[in-house]
Amino acid sequence: MKDSMDELSNGAVSHLDLETPEKPYLDANELIINMGPQHPATHGVLRVILKLDGEKVLGTECVIGYLHRGVEKIAENRTYTMFNPYVDRMDYVAAVSNGLGYCEAVEKLLNVEAPPRAQYIRVVLTELNRIASHQLWLGTHALDIGAMTPLFYTFRDREEILKIFERYCGARLTTHAFRIGGCQYETYAGFEKDVKNFLAFFPPKIDEYEALLTSNRIWLERTKNVGVISGKDCIALGVTGPVLRASGVKWDLRKAQPYAAYSKFDFEIPVGENGDTYDRYMVRMIEMRQSLRIIEQAVNGIPEGPIMGKVPKVIKPPVGEIYHSIEAPKGELGYFIVSDGSTQPYRVRVRPPSFVNLQALDIMVRGMLVADVVAVIGTLDIVLGEVDR
Amino acid sequence: MAEESKPLVPPTPEGEKKPAAEKPAAAPATASPAAPAKPPAPPATAKPAAPAKPTGPVPLPWTSPLVEKYRRQYGSGIDALTYLGQNYLNVDRSLIPDILRLLRDEEQFDYCVDITAVHYPKRERQFDVVWILYSFPRNERLRVKTQIADGASIPSVVSIWPTANWLEREVYDMFGIQFDGHPDLKRILLPDGWKGHPLRKDYGILQQDKEWVQVNLGIESGQ
Repeated sequence: MKDSMDELSNGAVSHLDLETPEKPYLDANELIINMGPQHPATHGVLRVILKLDGEKVLGTECVIGYLHRGVEKIAENRTYTMFNPYVDRMDYVAAVSNGLGYCEAVEKLLNVEAPPRAQYIRVVLTELNRIASHQLWLGTHALDIGAMTPLFYTFRDREEILKIFERYCGARLTTHAFRIGGCQYETYAGFEKDVKNFLAFFPPKIDEYEALLTSNRIWLERTKNVGVISGKDCIALGVTGPVLRASGVKWDLRKAQPYAAYSKFDFEIPVGENGDTYDRYMVRMIEMRQSLRIIEQAVNGIPEGPIMGKVPKVIKPPVGEIYHSIEAPKGELGYFIVSDGSTQPYRVRVRPPSFVNLQALDIMVRGMLVADVVAVIGTLDIVLGEVDR
Repeated sequence: MAEESKPLVPPTPEGEKKPAAEKPAAAPATASPAAPAKPPAPPATAKPAAPAKPTGPVPLPWTSPLVEKYRRQYGSGIDALTYLGQNYLNVDRSLIPDILRLLRDEEQFDYCVDITAVHYPKRERQFDVVWILYSFPRNERLRVKTQIADGASIPSVVSIWPTANWLEREVYDMFGIQFDGHPDLKRILLPDGWKGHPLRKDYGILQQDKEWVQVNLGIESGQ
């Protein structure tokens, strides 16, 4: 008993003001249970050690690393171009975003810019990917809480986005859609028509999801006031993305420090008030609609011109270092790249949003029930491929 | 007869193609993919890169009220530079907890984006430790860097930014850098008993803790 207590006594305590007194032993009604890493509701290989008082969560500790592939080490042993497809394997449900961040970071290091046409194509695909990521989140999150129907709806509609990806670059998930300096592929004949068809097709589908959930009594009971986190705590813990915005902080890198062509488009940043699971749900639902707005403006304005900037065949950035980050569907995805002037990066550091956001799990579930842990893991929208890298 | 003619027919077109394709294409075509023929590739492609280098950007001194203020306070321990529009401070190791705390308390750098390290094995002080900071009120990024020797420790910033907890654990896991005052400094991505720190430059890409693999996974090698 002592051993298991030791395991939990420090790791889970997140140094915010918490009211949990540290005791050297467990009470008769306290217990420590293990959730994962093969638990269906942990969205992959996440292991959470829970300290419980009956059904009430007293503390948690996350054990991660089961999917660690050493992406950063691989980067040091590949050329800049060769490493590009690897980034798709981190957040594999938003591969396009990962690629955008990496390509833009290397472009910054090379001091080149992708031509406008490539930037517009990038925005269209990245925003489609954001919708696909949010759809996958919604389906699995709702399934975790007990609503089975949304999963089938969201996967059915996500298929339309994956079809566009497949026609564009041949892959559905790990797309490797962009290259350093621009795009490899010109848009296929009918690309704009496909995207516009999707723009017409999807809004009624969001209404359909919302009809199932937004005022569903069970959904409200399971999400309102569950996993509350304040904006202040979010900032202290480095939490970004929809979780931060649902806590009332209006911050989105697409607006704060625009990259690609985002400064040219008109869109809103949705914010929540309570920072609970329901607000995070609403923020992501509105984000999907806002993404449609961006896609509509981008696809109607794709300029003519080249899709590849003036990038040498062998990428050899000058000695230096750069940090570049983008607003991925999960939050701030950053790349810190150090170049020693050779064809291989000296160091690539990935700042993964899921990894940092997962740290907030502990303070979000303290005092809640075990069933809420499942809801909170879902609402954090983590992808273990990105947490572990 | 038929068997003989079959192998005979393909070689002839191939033989025709080979001299035709190889002679003109051998030098440029194999050089541009640059996969097997490494020696010819760099001269062919380094030529456009080489003249670009002198015109390439270099880190420039950076001055701002923030820098002036801290330089007055700390003197030469701070070196402020800017590269490609990104500002960073090279800070002496002895100033590390103080300057980071001041940046948060006085300069509103309330969000610690990332903490990481870079290994330079040939340097005397082998590690660069990097804090990437962001300020919500100012919408500004700043990197703080310091150099430390192998085996030296660095103060933890968990008490300044709670998010540093896992980030410092990852730096410890990957580089073996000790963070003084961290509440629970242990490995995070690799298993607890693992030996070695993979992101050090002396750790090979195929290297692994064989003993750990054999004991825990019951297999000869993880490769």
